This record gives sequence, C-alpha cells and structure tokens, in this order.
Amino acid sequence: MIHLWLPLALSAALFGVGLYGVLARRNAVLVLVGVELMLGAVGLLLVTAGVKHADAYLAGQTLTIFLITIAAAEIAVALGLVVLAFRARGQIDVTAARGDDE
Amino acid sequence: MTTHDVFFSIVGLLCLASAVLAVTTKHILHSALWLVVSLGTLAGCYLVLGAEFVALVQLLVYVGAVVILVLFALMLTRAPIGRSTAHDASPAQRAAALVISAATAMLIGAVLIVGLGPGVASLRPSTTSDLATQIFATWSWPFELLSLLLLIALVTAISLSRMRIDDSLDDEAGDS
Repeated sequence: MIHLWLPLALSAALFGVGLYGVLARRNAVLVLVGVELMLGAVGLLLVTAGVKHADAYLAGQTLTIFLITIAAAEIAVALGLVVLAFRARGQIDVTAARGDDE
Repeated sequence: MTTHDVFFSIVGLLCLASAVLAVTTKHILHSALWLVVSLGTLAGCYLVLGAEFVALVQLLVYVGAVVILVLFALMLTRAPIGRSTAHDASPAQRAAALVISAATAMLIGAVLIVGLGPGVASLRPSTTSDLATQIFATWSWPFELLSLLLLIALVTAISLSRMRIDDSLDDEAGDS
C-alpha cells in the first residue's frame, strides 16, 4: 500500500525543476538535461497512474517504456544538432544572436 | 505511513535533491553526473512502485546510454572543466525562471493530487511476465513502430554528424 500523493508530488516537483533547467540555462546541452528531467517526471506520472488504475493491459508501464525509447531517440538527434551547431558557430549559447556568428 | 511510503520518500527526496543540483550547479560536467544520480534514483522510485522492468529499462537506457551521450556532447563542445560562470543566465532571468517553474510545479501538483491523489493504492505483485505478454500481444504494433522510429533517429543522427559545414573546404574532399 502506498499513499499516491507522494509520487504525484515528486512528479510535479521534478517537472518544475526540469522547467527551471530549460529556462535558466544558456548552454544548449544543459537545456537538454532539463528536458530529460521533465520526461522523467512524465514517466513517473504514467507509472503512478498505472498503479492507481490497475488495468489488464498494463498501459502505464508499457507507455513509460515507450516514452523512455522516444526520449533516447530525441536525445540522439538533439545532441547531433547541438554538435553540428557548435561546429558551425563555435559556441552553443542559446541566447546568442544569430548575427554574431563570426 | 506504510513501508512503501517510507522507502518512496527516501528515494524520492534523493531524486529531487540531485535533480535540483543538476540544474543549478556551476560545474557543467557535474550537471551531467548529478543527472545520473537523479535518473538512477528515479529508477529506484519505479522499483518501489512495483515496476521493476521499467526500472531496469530506465537504468539501461538513461544511465547507460543517454547520460554517456550527454557527457560526449559536453566534451565535443569543449565544456570547461571546473567552475564556470561564462554560461550563466542573468539573475533576472534566473529569478523569472524560478517563479515560472515553481508556479507550474504547484499548478500541476495541485491538479494531480486533487485528481488522482486521495487514498492509498495497493501495488501489484511482480508484473514483468504480464508486461512481456502485453507488449508482444496488445502493444505489438506500437512496439514495431517505435523500433522504426529508433532506426530513423539513428540514421538522422549519423547524417547530421556527417553534414558539411564549410562548402569551400569540402569540394576537394568530396565524393572520392
């Protein structure tokens, strides 16, 4: 037996922490760290919903596994883009204006 | 407080604390290493909730692959070792981000706890064999589509990394 507000509160707090990481970081790789935390929060919410509504298809856990797979695909493409942007511009500051490349 | 509550509180507090450190530390490489701790303890949360296969996948995919990718990207983009303030946002932006994220977290938390939270839930016994049955029976088409998506992402990442930046240099290196 578990009180469900504990994982729900952790999920909301993790999402907020990830949002802070996305909004307050200027290094593009560290922005992606925030995105990963937000995806982790969503996975925890899915598993918790699976505990609450025990269905025969185990949708919560299955969708969490799918979510982790999608997150892996996303991070591979995103890091490829970040490295490409670094090779093109010499820095990965997400607030840098486009005109000051050189 | 049940036993599950106690264990979940311990692991969850560890997870939250390391997540906060991952988004606030000034050492850029430490950020990725705190992300390892945070996602690893999140796998512990899945274990307490009775989703042991999800916990294993989380450990394998996140700690084993994603964080290694993040570390490689940090090295390839010449992240400074040690404390660095060159990539700090301004204090006003950080304060605004803090307000927005705290408000979002409270809103989501309030909605979720009111909607799903009241009462206790009993955990299922070991679900791995059920999960295997479901993935390869009910969810087999989404599973196949996901493998296609992973293949596309892999090919995309490879072709991105081979994309030419400077045309004048690549003319002689070309298609020989």
